[in-house]
Amino acid sequence: MADLNIDSTPGEGRPPRGRLRVVIGMAAGVGKTYRMLAEGRVEKDAGRDVVIGLLETHGRVDTARVAEGLEAVPRRQVTYRGTELEEMDLPGILARAPELCLIDELAHTNAPGVEHTKRYEDVEVVLSAGIDVLTTLNVQHLESLNDQVAELSGIRVRETIPDALLGRADEVVVVDLTPEDLLERLRAGKVYPAERIDAALNNFFRIENLSALREVALRQVAEEVGQRRFAAAVNIGSRGESIASEAPQAVSERLLALVEPDPRAQRLVRRAWRSAQRLGADLDLLWVRAPGTLSEQQERSLTALRQLASLLGARLIVEESDAVAQAVAGVARRQRSTYILMGRSHPARGLTRLRTPLPLQLLELLPGVDVRIVADRAQRPTEEQP
Amino acid sequence: MKTDLAPRSSGARAARAGGSILLPFTNQAISRRAFEAAIRLAQAEQSTLMPAFLARVPRNLPLESPVPGACAVGMPLLEAIEQRATAEGIPVDARVSRGRTYRDALQRLLEQERFDRVIVSAIDNPRQGLSDDDLAWLLRTVPAEVLILRPAPDDERRISAAGLAGHF
Repeated sequence: MADLNIDSTPGEGRPPRGRLRVVIGMAAGVGKTYRMLAEGRVEKDAGRDVVIGLLETHGRVDTARVAEGLEAVPRRQVTYRGTELEEMDLPGILARAPELCLIDELAHTNAPGVEHTKRYEDVEVVLSAGIDVLTTLNVQHLESLNDQVAELSGIRVRETIPDALLGRADEVVVVDLTPEDLLERLRAGKVYPAERIDAALNNFFRIENLSALREVALRQVAEEVGQRRFAAAVNIGSRGESIASEAPQAVSERLLALVEPDPRAQRLVRRAWRSAQRLGADLDLLWVRAPGTLSEQQERSLTALRQLASLLGARLIVEESDAVAQAVAGVARRQRSTYILMGRSHPARGLTRLRTPLPLQLLELLPGVDVRIVADRAQRPTEEQP
Repeated sequence: MKTDLAPRSSGARAARAGGSILLPFTNQAISRRAFEAAIRLAQAEQSTLMPAFLARVPRNLPLESPVPGACAVGMPLLEAIEQRATAEGIPVDARVSRGRTYRDALQRLLEQERFDRVIVSAIDNPRQGLSDDDLAWLLRTVPAEVLILRPAPDDERRISAAGLAGHF
């Protein structure tokens, strides 16, 4: 592979890094490329030097039309095992050095023999050269969502990009379309050629898949916004302003369930998981264990809890401490929990009756965090049992 | 945790003196006969009922992957079983296990823990649970008493999440 000798770290004499704008969507056909080109045109009309670095029209007439009049860097030919392939011309883009480069399909894997394996690596180099990049991405290509999307859709996407790349983007724009509208576009032949429509409808483009992917895409962008707000708050703090209790609320909820290695904890975990599902939130489980060894029963229950957490996609955190409320508060702050769920307390005995109950301690220590005490539904009296 | 997050253990809940009864299931509902048989045995032997949700992980996913789709089916049923058993005074200690097949999931569970009895209900449609082969394998390999309930007309009576008390 050719070495372009471009260091992505800032330094003296080097141009400032370009700005990265990512257009993200739930699936092919929602209009990401169209949006990228339309924005490119607007920038060009505003007087900026805009070129197309790579465009995949997939034969879509509307997409090709909106690209008309925009300069494009020709693709280069790459020979791999006797086959001629076309790839984005990274050296050509760097030599042309536009202000803004439009690069389609960020998750693409390059043919062997070019500078990088992945197109996102090419994009990093373009950004390092001080060129702004506007690019497109389907949500299922994000590494962290790959398993989730595969389970939802039954289709595993091989080409992924690290989430950190999206995190470094200066702007993320979601192109949203209802699943019904996308299916209509598909049936009208606006997404794939006629011979591929039936297969697409029978496989990936099912309404339940698209609905789930749409939710994932929207949530992903919402989380990005949440992360940015948090990062912004930390930066403000570094300039001397207090942020300790003023961190902005995350866009999404995050639940923290307090558990013990005990068979009853599983019910609490299931309830917490259902609540997390309804809120579209992440779930952490926390056991604050007192120093000491576990009984055989506790070991068994802990193993069962770990398995349940793993199956549900929750994270089990074990903290060793005698100061339960402080330990919980510490984890809740670290995880940026918005909601704490816990089981009912034991009846207090002896001197413990004088102690402030844990829920009240948590309300005191964690202002702005909801604390919910989960009841045991099985113990709810029925009509026959007043 | 020394504090007081949960009700004090009752003797029935904490004890496993009478042994454990594994009640594996795979779907949105289980046969009421299997459930009732498990309850009767647990009452008679003062055993702990261990309902176990077996989840299948598609081969295109790592085995350790979360499977929220499968859990959306299994968790409400696990809750329904636990509520009903608890109402009968039976201590419950639920389990989940995953594998490439239901048998694989069950095998993994059985490798981790010992159970005194396993209660399964034979079904007509092997796609919905353990097949005849799986049951034969169970009888051959599991070091526990295996109770297989033959299919019966009243298998239509099933325990499902429909009767859950409130949202869980």
